[in-house]
Amino acid sequence: MTPEADLPAAAALLTALLVVFGAGITFIGSLGLLRLRSFFERVHAPTLGTTLGTACILLGSMIFFSALQTRPVTHEILIAVFVTVTTPVTLMLLVRATSFRYRAASDLRNSQQPASPGDSGANSSKAGRRLS
Amino acid sequence: MSTLILNWSLVVAQVLLALAMACAAFRMIAGPRAQDRVLGLDTLYVNAMLLILTVGIRSGSTLYFEAALVIAVLGFIATAALAKFLMRGEVIE
Repeated sequence: MTPEADLPAAAALLTALLVVFGAGITFIGSLGLLRLRSFFERVHAPTLGTTLGTACILLGSMIFFSALQTRPVTHEILIAVFVTVTTPVTLMLLVRATSFRYRAASDLRNSQQPASPGDSGANSSKAGRRLS
Repeated sequence: MSTLILNWSLVVAQVLLALAMACAAFRMIAGPRAQDRVLGLDTLYVNAMLLILTVGIRSGSTLYFEAALVIAVLGFIATAALAKFLMRGEVIE
């Protein structure tokens, strides 16, 4: 459990600082997921963890393993590049799907409002409530 | 001394990341709409990846790096597929 016994003090302290800072930033981002009101506000919160939190923890890991193996260890850049590239893509897909769902639900509600209530109207109003 | 500080800071970081995972899991379970649940799942994946990275630093072996990379890839695939499902009603058409 103590492979870091022969670690330089500066590297250990820097790793400790970066890891705690990154974990705290990630926790603040996930707390925003609980506290913010609407979905379009909430979708911004976890990006704090995927950008600064991931960068800090990966930098701490790189410093730790470079000091431990006394050679530059840089394979954490793979995760950093991957997360940086994929996070905007996934969140934009999610937001586009959400706005599409809101628009479809409001279209459904507007289209059935002037129509006379009937069997199909009752059906689509149920579908509209489920979608909105 | 610095080893002690490093160990304790890793414990603190793991507790913080576990609390972050709890927040994301709450949003995934109790989210009012389907898109909130997908967002909670995405956050849960990222937090789990960071937690595994800190476990890897604590044990001093680079084996955990591959697990973190696989979790990152699976999180991207899962969120993209679920967003496609919310948009179109099916994943592969």
